[in-house]
Amino acid sequence: MSEFLQHVINGVSLGSIYALIALGYTMVFGILGLINFAHGEVYMLGAFSGYYFSRWFHLQESSSPSGLFLVLALSMATSGLAGFIIERLAYRPLRQSPRINLLITAVGVSLFLQFSGQVIFGADPQSFPQIYQPAEQWNFGDISINPLQATVLGISIGLMALLQFIIYFTRFGRAMRAVSFDHNLASLMGIPTNQIISFTFVLGSALAGAAGVLVGLIYPRIEPLMGVMPGLKAFVSAVLGGIGSIVGAVVGAITLGLAEEFLVGYWKPSYRDALAFAVLILILLFKPTGLFGKKTSEKV
Amino acid sequence: MKALKLTNRSNLILATLLVTAGIFNTSCTKEENKSPEIAKAQTPQSEEIKIGLVGSLTGGQASFGQSTQKGAEFAVNEINNGGGVAGKKLKLISLDDQGKPEEAATVVTRLISQDKVTAILGEVASSISLAMAPIAQKNKIPMITPSSTNPKVTEIGDFIFRVCFIDPFQGSVMAKFATEDLKIKKVAVLTDVKNDYSVGLAQFFKDKFTSLGGKIVVEQSYSAGDMDFKSQLTSIKAKNPDAIYVPGYYTEVALIARQAKGLGLNVPLMGGDGWDSPKLQEIGGKAIEGSYFSSHYSAEDKSPIVQEFIEKFKKTYGIVPDALTALGYDAVKVLVEAMKRTDNLDTTKIRNEIASTKNYQGVTGLITIDEKRNPVKSAVVLKVVSTGFKYQTTVNP
Repeated sequence: MSEFLQHVINGVSLGSIYALIALGYTMVFGILGLINFAHGEVYMLGAFSGYYFSRWFHLQESSSPSGLFLVLALSMATSGLAGFIIERLAYRPLRQSPRINLLITAVGVSLFLQFSGQVIFGADPQSFPQIYQPAEQWNFGDISINPLQATVLGISIGLMALLQFIIYFTRFGRAMRAVSFDHNLASLMGIPTNQIISFTFVLGSALAGAAGVLVGLIYPRIEPLMGVMPGLKAFVSAVLGGIGSIVGAVVGAITLGLAEEFLVGYWKPSYRDALAFAVLILILLFKPTGLFGKKTSEKV
Repeated sequence: MKALKLTNRSNLILATLLVTAGIFNTSCTKEENKSPEIAKAQTPQSEEIKIGLVGSLTGGQASFGQSTQKGAEFAVNEINNGGGVAGKKLKLISLDDQGKPEEAATVVTRLISQDKVTAILGEVASSISLAMAPIAQKNKIPMITPSSTNPKVTEIGDFIFRVCFIDPFQGSVMAKFATEDLKIKKVAVLTDVKNDYSVGLAQFFKDKFTSLGGKIVVEQSYSAGDMDFKSQLTSIKAKNPDAIYVPGYYTEVALIARQAKGLGLNVPLMGGDGWDSPKLQEIGGKAIEGSYFSSHYSAEDKSPIVQEFIEKFKKTYGIVPDALTALGYDAVKVLVEAMKRTDNLDTTKIRNEIASTKNYQGVTGLITIDEKRNPVKSAVVLKVVSTGFKYQTTVNP
């Protein structure tokens, strides 16, 4: 029983990381209908900016989270900026072209960032500074919860709540929802569509950046290709939950995290990555709108 | 965002196809068939003797390739300063394979057909050496791998050699050490299934450990590149082992150590020479301390040949050489000794001379190449402590 509960805890903590990345996919898809494949690389940039900021401020291993919050804020800003630049330079000029062009561009941007990352940061793994290291483990009987994991989960939930607030209770959020319905109509209503799209990219990228830093803390090995797998898994999570749906992305991510955890814990660990893609194929075959997606009829 | 528009189903499907293509493009191997004529066309009259080195100079296991390269470079400079071989200078051509077998196959073909090397050194990873060896064999170019320990590597053909011990021995070293020195009875095994080295070493460890009366309580696996091992470790913890045998590479082992401690699994980890990198402690931190691994040499070895090597190496590079550096050095030395014994540097003659290497005193021990083209050598067991790797014991075959 305690083994089972431990698996649940591990799965949720893994899922919450996927969720932070999946949110960016789903928001951009909701607004532009574009799958931003460069998103996993924004997450990688977040981890590396966290690495450089921590070293720049000479942050040491400490048991108070203040250094973490500083690094987190700066890395979110940096990856938000990266998201802004990617949208401005790569996607906006293609806004009127067929969507397939955008998609191929996204793959191109992704590869560009992966390999320039290898040139700039170096290709061998770096060890992420342990800027926040809680003093001890929490043990409940046989179950161990790493306070770091709990903190990461807490920060993820906080950020998701903040996102939900921005989307449903602010003018920006209302504008985002309007743009996601119809670009042209929204701009006729006086909504600055371009700004809103930029804002969406910044928001999604900042979340991915936060995920990068948090992952660096729990799994302190960062490298320029680290975004590939989590990026793909977050994409699967978003599709599983119904791409375009915020709640769906979170539920999809936690589901995938738990599924992976149980698969590895009780069955064959080698199928871990296959699972995500099997899920993707099944969802696309049987329920392409995902768990929380709404069915819309194709307009001809 | 409320509007959940999934307007374009085909778009999603296309995206899926792209994703899949992206994953698989890394695994297609380009098989390049070059005829053996290339080797024959080689003229031994050239000004310098070219030696090719293939290593993971970038990528996940970059520290392996870089260490080996430093050792080989150091040996080549030493030989050139001493007048070279038969009046000719050696030239080391190092190429990067990014830690990918398919890349190594391409690079080794280039070394043979374009650069016309006389011999090839490489790789560290057995999986990668296995991809290179058939090409060297086909072109009849002698290849020495400094540190691929999987037995299958030299079984590829009679031009493939190594200067390190092989895994059946390495696995039994740790099994013996665990039973006799650590008095351990129950061990969990965690293998990297993507890695020939790890799979082989785990098997040899299990065989020896159970024959010594120990018990393998649980076997789990992971794939190189994974970040999260908590679920495997949770299953391992439930079986209460005295130690975990993790014959993987340092990149994953460091994370495994951290996550094991995070789950309250406070038992020592044990492993093989794939741990031997300064990054192990950089990433693993305190969590990896108190763990044991088998390796090729210890910098604490008091024998004069080792200490002299370390001192000279430190003067040039400013660091203490690790095991892979020492093996890279020995590989070049064994090759050059063989070259010196030939009259015209013909690749087949060099092969024959490498095969007859006997009692060569290398930094990593006495090297005698047996009929299977493997040396018989001793191994050391090291313990990870806060200051580095501490020498525990030497095990002879």
